[in-house]
Amino acid sequence: MGQAVDVHRLHFAFTITFHYIFPQLTMGLALLLVYLKTKALRTGDEHYNRAARFWARIFGINFALGVVTGIPMEFQFGTNWAAFSKAAGGVIGQTLAMEGVFSFFLESSFLGLFLFGEKKLGRIGHWLAAFLVFLGSWLSGFFIVATDAWMQHPTGYRLGTNGEIELSNFWDLLLNKWALWQYAHTMLGAVQTGCFVMAAVGAFYLLTRRHEIYGQTFVRTGVLAGVIAAVLQLFPTGDMQGRMVADHQQPTLAAMEGLFESQQGAPLVILGQPDVEKRKLDNPLEVPKMLSFLTYREWRANVKGLSDFPQTEWPDQIPLLYYSYHVMVGLGTIFIAVMVLASLLLWRGKLYDSRWMLWMLMMCVPLPYIANTAGWMTAELGRQPWLIYGLMRTTHGVSPRVAAGNAWFTLIGFMGMYTLLAILWLFLIYREIELGPDPGNRPSGEDAIVVTAE
Amino acid sequence: MGTIWFCLVAMMIAMYVLLDGFDLGAGAIHLWVAKTDEERRQVLASIGPVWDGNEVWLIAAGGTLYFAFPALYASGFSGFYLPLMIVLWLLILRGASIEFRNHIKSAVWDPFWDFLFCTSSLLLAVFFGAALGNVVRGVPLDASGYFFEPLWTNFRLGDETGILDWYTILVGVLALLALVMHGGIWVRLKTSGAVGERACQLASKTWWGVAALTALVTAVTFRIQPQVRENFATRPWGFVFPVLAVGGLAGVRWFMAHRNERGSFLASCGYLAGMLTSVVFGVYPMVLPARNPVYSLTVETAKAGAYGLKIGLIWWVLGMMLAAGYFTYVYRSFAGKVVVDKDSHGYGD
Repeated sequence: MGQAVDVHRLHFAFTITFHYIFPQLTMGLALLLVYLKTKALRTGDEHYNRAARFWARIFGINFALGVVTGIPMEFQFGTNWAAFSKAAGGVIGQTLAMEGVFSFFLESSFLGLFLFGEKKLGRIGHWLAAFLVFLGSWLSGFFIVATDAWMQHPTGYRLGTNGEIELSNFWDLLLNKWALWQYAHTMLGAVQTGCFVMAAVGAFYLLTRRHEIYGQTFVRTGVLAGVIAAVLQLFPTGDMQGRMVADHQQPTLAAMEGLFESQQGAPLVILGQPDVEKRKLDNPLEVPKMLSFLTYREWRANVKGLSDFPQTEWPDQIPLLYYSYHVMVGLGTIFIAVMVLASLLLWRGKLYDSRWMLWMLMMCVPLPYIANTAGWMTAELGRQPWLIYGLMRTTHGVSPRVAAGNAWFTLIGFMGMYTLLAILWLFLIYREIELGPDPGNRPSGEDAIVVTAE
Repeated sequence: MGTIWFCLVAMMIAMYVLLDGFDLGAGAIHLWVAKTDEERRQVLASIGPVWDGNEVWLIAAGGTLYFAFPALYASGFSGFYLPLMIVLWLLILRGASIEFRNHIKSAVWDPFWDFLFCTSSLLLAVFFGAALGNVVRGVPLDASGYFFEPLWTNFRLGDETGILDWYTILVGVLALLALVMHGGIWVRLKTSGAVGERACQLASKTWWGVAALTALVTAVTFRIQPQVRENFATRPWGFVFPVLAVGGLAGVRWFMAHRNERGSFLASCGYLAGMLTSVVFGVYPMVLPARNPVYSLTVETAKAGAYGLKIGLIWWVLGMMLAAGYFTYVYRSFAGKVVVDKDSHGYGD
């Protein structure tokens, strides 16, 4: 940990992991809010507007935290990864700048109107504000994923005379095949977080016999959207993501799967701890030939193991990568099971009375956060030892003049500040859930907002 | 093409200073112009729907700088590592204090956030000013194109400069006073009653400090940055920028005397824009002057590839037209003075 590059990596990893707690919920909730507002508009039922207002308050708190923890991310490309920025800024600066210009202006302009302008905007205007906030947040997600996808699988560039990487084809950057699948996979992950959180709050209300009419709406909405997202997460998006890794990042695939030796009819590992030094898995629990089939659609296909690649090409954190991947896939499978079961009960009209199922939905709430984090860790650890796959090593990308001591100083600062933000976040969200969606419950004078006189 | 982007980035930064400047200023005077809870809600309400959008100009300017001048972004951001991180922390605290203050009404909750809101706004103004001072004074770049400045060294203008020295602190104080004036005028424009009165008096008093420091900093700047002298000498048309600044400053006094709130706000915008454009004109074609002029980063050495800059111009213009539309709509629907309304969500239940 003494080397500056390790501290810079930890710096980015810590701040991005904490940041992504918030956008994964707001992007998912934005879609569900548009759904609730659409229901309200079409049925004219005030119930849906109240439900939307409740979730808008939760959305607002998370959005604010997403904004304040997001600003450091853009800055860190320059502060901590200056050599990378200097070389590749002409390409990835495009997508990052487009995020600011196309999505942040849109989001920030309409969020205030969405949160505080319902009376002023009217029914259709308020629906539109909700839709524009959704559009802005999903566009923002796209530009960020496109940036990451370019680092995973660079396209549309050429090398300049001084080794700098120049943009040569704008549409290849934006419509990178990797970006499109990664985007779909990432957004489904965000939708699942939104669905599980909404269903869990609904289950909590039903189990504690409060706000039950809202509880039913939340559980129903969360489960119906959640079952669709959970299935699409695995197929086709997760499957395509895996096949792109198999095509373009072969050592990564081997490390993710814990496959040290090449094998025909390679098995899929369910459990087992990689021992990188001895190049083997301890106590492996495997499904025979499954990996070959999933990767190449053929039971006897040969899958290359890590031993087929020079060690300099191996990701540098193989066990962590292996576990991240397995945690992601394992949780994704559990999500499908939970959501399908809940949907069946909903269909039979028994969900609201099945206390064990409601318990399960409520207890699941941290899991999508863990799965999303593990998914991003799989992508980013899997990209190692490259910063830009095949083009630039991570060790070559750091700021040459920022010493490890200075990076530690700011990392510790962020850790302290984010601990406080996390406590604040849990406190405020718990309070909103306690107050609930019924308008009568809110103490007067709180949340009073101010509008203009005209 | 490089010069076009130089102007566009400068314009975005100027937009940031004009817009976020008034809400930073409003924050810096928060504790003094607003005493009761209702008054403090008025100040917060005067920036509530717009502060986040204003701050996006910083993000968008940063992103644009990133793709148009990658070498400048890399060198500047890593060289100013420490002050930028401190700026980030202050932005986080400030954003949290604006957003969370009104969630709970309690004798320990609101004063805590009010204090954070005020101090973070105040320090941000000083740090942004000091950053500008660093750029004008020049930084210790070497042949590698990189540098690193500690927060301070010996507070002198030698070769081993820190972020803070007597010159950059001076610019930081000027920035604070200018934004206090700007923010005071904004609060006057958007609020009524005692808050507006106090803001107006504070802005009026601050004006003298702004005028005095503007004269002092201008004189010192001409001494320490030879490029500024040279640019104004070889291209005298550039004097329109300082004239705009002086005109704006005079306008603030005149409009305030005539109780024209909108006029004084526009004049204050003119002053800030004039000061910033004077700096930009003064350092061109350098984008980051070095203490040793040989190593200065210029538009030519820092710019990105031609294709990227050309394609960027297309989407940038499109995006800016959209953004201008949103801003016009939001500011128009936010026209008039704010009043406290106890009804959350602006909705009747």
